[in-house]
Amino acid sequence: MFSNALIKEFKAIVGKQNVLQKEADRQAYAYDAAVLDPVVPAMAVCPTTSEELGKVVRLCNENGIPLTPRGSGTNLSGGTIPEKKGIVLLTNALNKIIEINAQDLYAVIQPGVVTAQFAAEVARHGLFYPPDPGSMAVSTLGGNVAENAGGLRGLKYGVTKDYVMGVDFFDVTGELVKSGSRTVKCVTGLNLSALQVASEGILGVFNEIVLKLVPPPAANKAMMAVFDDIDKASETVAAIIAAHIVPCTLEILDNSTIKYVEDYTRAGMPVTAQAILLIEVDGHPAQVAEEAEKVVSICKTAGAVDVQAARDEAERNKLWEARRAALPALARARPTTVLEDATVPRSQIPAMIRAINEIAKKHRLEVGTFGHAGDGNLHPTILCDKRDTREFERVEQAVDEIFDVALSLKGTLSGEHGIGLAKAKWLEKETSAATIAYARALKTAVDPKGILNPGKIIGG
Amino acid sequence: MIDLHKLAAMLQELDDQMVTCMKCGMCQAVCPVFRETLREADVTRGKIALLENLAHEMVADAHGVQEKLNKCLLCGSCQANCPSGVTVIDIFIKARIIVNSYLGLPAAKKVIFKGMLTRPRLFNALVAMGEKFQGLFSRPADELLGSSCSKVMSPLIGDRHFLPLAEKPLRMRVPELNTPAGRSGLKVAFFPGCVIDKMLPRIGEAVLKVLDYHGVGVYLPPAQACCGIPAVSSGDSESFEKLVRLNARAFARGEFDYLVTACATCTATIKEIWPKFMDAYPPGVQTMVRKLADKTMDINQFLVDRVGVRSQPAPTGGRRVTYHDPCHLKKSLGVSAQPRTLLQANPAFNFVEMNEADQCCGNGGTFNLQHYAVSKKIGDRKRGNILASKAEVVATGCPACMMQMTDMLSQHGDRVQVCHPVEIYAQALK
Repeated sequence: MFSNALIKEFKAIVGKQNVLQKEADRQAYAYDAAVLDPVVPAMAVCPTTSEELGKVVRLCNENGIPLTPRGSGTNLSGGTIPEKKGIVLLTNALNKIIEINAQDLYAVIQPGVVTAQFAAEVARHGLFYPPDPGSMAVSTLGGNVAENAGGLRGLKYGVTKDYVMGVDFFDVTGELVKSGSRTVKCVTGLNLSALQVASEGILGVFNEIVLKLVPPPAANKAMMAVFDDIDKASETVAAIIAAHIVPCTLEILDNSTIKYVEDYTRAGMPVTAQAILLIEVDGHPAQVAEEAEKVVSICKTAGAVDVQAARDEAERNKLWEARRAALPALARARPTTVLEDATVPRSQIPAMIRAINEIAKKHRLEVGTFGHAGDGNLHPTILCDKRDTREFERVEQAVDEIFDVALSLKGTLSGEHGIGLAKAKWLEKETSAATIAYARALKTAVDPKGILNPGKIIGG
Repeated sequence: MIDLHKLAAMLQELDDQMVTCMKCGMCQAVCPVFRETLREADVTRGKIALLENLAHEMVADAHGVQEKLNKCLLCGSCQANCPSGVTVIDIFIKARIIVNSYLGLPAAKKVIFKGMLTRPRLFNALVAMGEKFQGLFSRPADELLGSSCSKVMSPLIGDRHFLPLAEKPLRMRVPELNTPAGRSGLKVAFFPGCVIDKMLPRIGEAVLKVLDYHGVGVYLPPAQACCGIPAVSSGDSESFEKLVRLNARAFARGEFDYLVTACATCTATIKEIWPKFMDAYPPGVQTMVRKLADKTMDINQFLVDRVGVRSQPAPTGGRRVTYHDPCHLKKSLGVSAQPRTLLQANPAFNFVEMNEADQCCGNGGTFNLQHYAVSKKIGDRKRGNILASKAEVVATGCPACMMQMTDMLSQHGDRVQVCHPVEIYAQALK
């Protein structure tokens, strides 16, 4: 699709072996983890140094080639589905941890570093990087920043944005823009680093990222509370926070999810329960002991039929295994799994779950809901078969209605999966025409030709 | 000219299995090939996307898909780690049969599978001849490891350090056996497999010594053939079927409780792959294949779980031994504790765990021949972990892994011996 001269230029920058032109290679970059139609790019390019990265961006801009940066492609909203006349810019090989500074509590990394590998390396230095998206075993930190990825520890520790101290990025002309700092406080200039977070690659291509690190908690305690009424479970979430306890993790599994988890794991889950809460508190050992005791008491007062606290690491692992098994258990039930992340204020969780179940019933769909109850981030997971076009139409209608309800409850379209292609049409509904216009003006100002990840967030 | 429409229709048989892949990408975390190449088409998610596209005629380059499909170790790491439970190995083997049989096997594979493997007598004769002449083309490389390397530049061998053909294969040392069950009350059939028979007969001898020590009767029929894995993983179902039938016939006359092998790959093939492709066989052969599959057991597992070999309370000797988990043994069959128990049953050895013991060594059978550069990178990582354990001996339950580790260690002149756990255990027996 490109002229031979242009392909030669790409090869001159990154080397012949890092320009993927064959159909079978290109087809493998046509999708991400979202259930959306694939789009095959014209080429995939894999720079291995910062210098190459900048040059590739410049070459694309000079030649009007759409460019989609891609880490591991674990997006759930189509953020890395490319433009067919463009290139996919692979960042996997830019995977160096440049610095871990234990004194000043920060790290400098390249965008292709895998999240779990980074967290493990940081732990070897006696430090802690809290954001833990479900895909962290493979997702890249560049992708986490671009999507503002969340995770199970969001309630107490926040999400990726809370750890980004600086982002150096290439603008569309290939110039390196530096933003942020290695200091805890920095109010110099516009906060361009913050602008890059959740930008999904439409405003720049990340070169280096400075991430905040924290000391690890000294102790933790996990608990499981079982409820025969999902409203009581939700009320318990509010009661825990009202008691000024902020667990690091506070997860909910609905009845349908519990049943599938038990079917899959045979771990003795309470299949008749309408909901379970999985709660973990962490911090100083004395504080953990006190908070755990209070949590148990709050759960019982709020109507939990059973509360179990893990007595050791093995029991703690057993509880979290149940949570970790939620997606695999649901995914095995039907061929296609549509995992959404409608998010509402905590107090609206019962209303949201009720609405999800009503919508599922109306459209004759099976749905399991689990998620981060502590921060209102639910994952209604619709089980279907995408090959059944009639069923899939009903799925799409159901998803639309779930978003409608989330917005009517003062929630948001996405808690942690991003907007990408899948939710771009909804953005104006949550924000406003003026907001979109402002975002588009910004995009046009920094990327007049629309080179950087076209079609994402604010549409085409 | 390829009829893509026909090929697509054939691949659609796999639709129900492939559609369960939700493209989450978790396979990237464990794929040894992806870790080295970082290319999406080299990981399971990419390969399934390509196969789906071929099945729905969204890709025209069938040979390109074939090339990607074959670039897989079939180690099963992705399947063991897949949240959706995608039956990857099943899909890939069936897809290779469809794609490779449709597009054709490379000439060399045709000669090897159809001309040699399926004719065990000819195969054995050629190997015997090869043994006589191997000295002309190869020279010893490492005495400790017993490896050789090529004397002359050869594109087939390259800079590999390989195990030479044994002067006397196992089948010539022990042509056949049919001994009654002794004090254990158990009798096993023994399937040595090609590598043990032709390159590492010392493992076969160790197996027979251990079985004799524990009073286990042995049935070793003379007319055994290859288990068929090289053929079926290359998509040659015809040769595979022939080999399964030959073996079924060879074992049909024996009475035994278990069929044991000392090769992880042979065990996984007989136990898991043989029954998957038996629809075309006559009912009698089907029954025999099912019976053999049900009775098949890894030697480590047999000795620990059935015979009752236990580890010593503490080592008395100072020889450090570490263990590499073959993919077929741990990821396919769930056998990982038993070989370690066997190693710890010899008090002269001190067992140490290596890092990433269950990471693939990179051999992957024909993968090693087709993609040696990647295979070597994966193998070098394994070598690094072996050396870091400071072990003098590395043991593993798969002769193919032994070949790969020998190559990696020998090329660097490392002073680490490569053994099978049953050899270490046999040394402890008087």
